[in-house]
Amino acid sequence: MASLAIKATNLAKWFGEGDARTMAVKSVSFEASFGEILYIVGPSGSGKTTLLSMISGILKPNSGTVLVEDRDIWKMESDELADFRLNKIGFVFQDYHLFSNLTTVENVAIPLILKKNDWNQSLKVASEYLKIVGLEKRAELPPVKLSGGEQQRVAIARAIASRPDILIFDEPTASLDGDTGRKILEFVREHILNETRCIIIVTHDSRIFEYAHRIIHMEDGRIIGEEHEK
Amino acid sequence: MNGILRIAFKLLVNDRGKFTALLVGITFAVFLMVMMTSMFAGILSRSSSTVTNIGAKMWVLDPAVNNVSSSIPVPDYVKDAVRSIDGVRYAVPLYSGGAQVKLANGIYQAVTVIGLDDASLFGRPELIEGEIEDIYAENGFVVVQDAEISKLGNPRIGTKFEINDHRGVVVGIAKANISGLFGIPTLYTTFNRAISYLPSTRFTASYILVEPKSTSDIPHIKQAVSKLGYQALTDDEFVQKISNFYKYQTGLGINVMLMTAISFIVGLSISGQTFYTFILENLEKFGALKAIGAKGHELVSMILFQAGFTAFLGYGLGVGLASLIIMSAKLRMPDYAAQITNLNLGIAFVMVLIIAGISSYIGIRRVIRIEPFDIFRG
Ligand SMILES: Nc1ncnc2c1ncn2[C@@H]1O[C@H](COP(=O)(O)OP(=O)(O)OP(=O)(O)O)[C@@H](O)[C@H]1O
Ligand SMILES: [Mg+2]
Repeated sequence: MASLAIKATNLAKWFGEGDARTMAVKSVSFEASFGEILYIVGPSGSGKTTLLSMISGILKPNSGTVLVEDRDIWKMESDELADFRLNKIGFVFQDYHLFSNLTTVENVAIPLILKKNDWNQSLKVASEYLKIVGLEKRAELPPVKLSGGEQQRVAIARAIASRPDILIFDEPTASLDGDTGRKILEFVREHILNETRCIIIVTHDSRIFEYAHRIIHMEDGRIIGEEHEK
Repeated sequence: MNGILRIAFKLLVNDRGKFTALLVGITFAVFLMVMMTSMFAGILSRSSSTVTNIGAKMWVLDPAVNNVSSSIPVPDYVKDAVRSIDGVRYAVPLYSGGAQVKLANGIYQAVTVIGLDDASLFGRPELIEGEIEDIYAENGFVVVQDAEISKLGNPRIGTKFEINDHRGVVVGIAKANISGLFGIPTLYTTFNRAISYLPSTRFTASYILVEPKSTSDIPHIKQAVSKLGYQALTDDEFVQKISNFYKYQTGLGINVMLMTAISFIVGLSISGQTFYTFILENLEKFGALKAIGAKGHELVSMILFQAGFTAFLGYGLGVGLASLIIMSAKLRMPDYAAQITNLNLGIAFVMVLIIAGISSYIGIRRVIRIEPFDIFRG
């Protein structure tokens, strides 16, 4: 049995106060293991992004705990939490958030540079990751010159360049056509996943459900069901 | 360079449009501040040119005098009294006043006449042509070869002219020192000739120049002179008194300070505004960096670096531009009164630091408050 990467217990998050209060996530508990690709799916507004943010050290829950490799991340100081995000988590944001004023390879190098690696060394490592996602020829271009699918792959290269244990994707295929989306997921499953990695993907996109090991269904801030790979 | 700062640098300079706008704003502000204060410094230094050129250690004057050219005559008994003060090596009179010169072609020209003590010629200029002793010759005047000499028709030794209905002849050409404020030529002659050729009151000396035996005698001399109802100042104090007069008691100083303040405000608003827009447009990037794991103080250092880099570059360009303009103006107009002093550079530098400080402060406040969650939600 693979070891436990994340254990979330009774997570709850609300926004606003009084009449304006929205319960985005209501008492959610789940676990994720290394070596698996876990999907979180559900209708818009069901609290998926909120949940992802809480388990990745970006948004503080109102109640509940998040243990990552047995450490309670919400007991950490803010600098410690920043280090946690930098070292343990790789993000692929929904709209990539690539830096248009940097070259593609510099974009990929950002987490390495934040980890205080030497600039040239970071670029060297980054270009190896660009090669993994098949974009070594685009290294010196600004990301805006790349197609949507290519930008997605740059975002993935950036997320994995710091060798995080946990990869978090929010709607990775929302702005891609079906073929490109499937190709990216195939790529993730074949080249990015390994026994020491846990990949959590939030998506609406049923075209890529086949790449999941396990799918958690959310609705209205709660988990309403779970299915395993057949 | 630290990698994080290098990212900050690239985010800044690769945003060509905004970076240029920022630089132009700061450069322009620095340029204006340096120009204004340099022109003022030039004017100030000229306003006390006579004090500097004469080179006496101490000046005795009527306390009401606040600039060299409007001197108030000092009675002879003051000179004698000063001579008998302990610690005074010697004391000589100096005449300084205006006159009309009528050139050979019939044109009138205002001049400043300086009358040197007949016995010592104390405060004499350095001559480039002729001998200083010739100043004793009949009707002898020494003319200063400065930017204004052309107004006398570029006289040579032997050139004759009329001065307040008396005859004058050029007996020497003196090296230019600091020119005066009013753009008129300067003539030197002896004290006695000055007071006999030029209209004067019952009292004749404009100033008494004092050479103390040693600097430790200065306080004592000052005290003794003030008992006479007069004021004794060291040359530096006199220059300062004149400067203060122009700074605080004429419209000139106030206007220059206003213009400097306006340049500062214009620079601050252009640069502050542009920098804030730059930060706002990059907020998403700072948020992404924060989400990826940049710490608060790292984001702060990025912003400080961006603001500081632009400010120093703008400062350099502004100072460079001002120097260039002043230099080329001086080439065309030797008389152009502007000088860049360390004080001016310092003032502009402090202003630029304030601009950078305020700009980064508002940027930092925004960036510190970004919620990476908002970036994450897209
Ligand atoms: N900052 C916020 N302020 C107020 N309400 C918020 C905020 N963030 C999220 N919400 C609310 O919380 C609920 C859950 O939002 P969340 O973004 O987690 O949903 P989601 O499942 O990711 O939706 P989608 O599929 O559209 O991305 C929504 O009702 C949303 O309006
Ligand atoms: Mg979402």
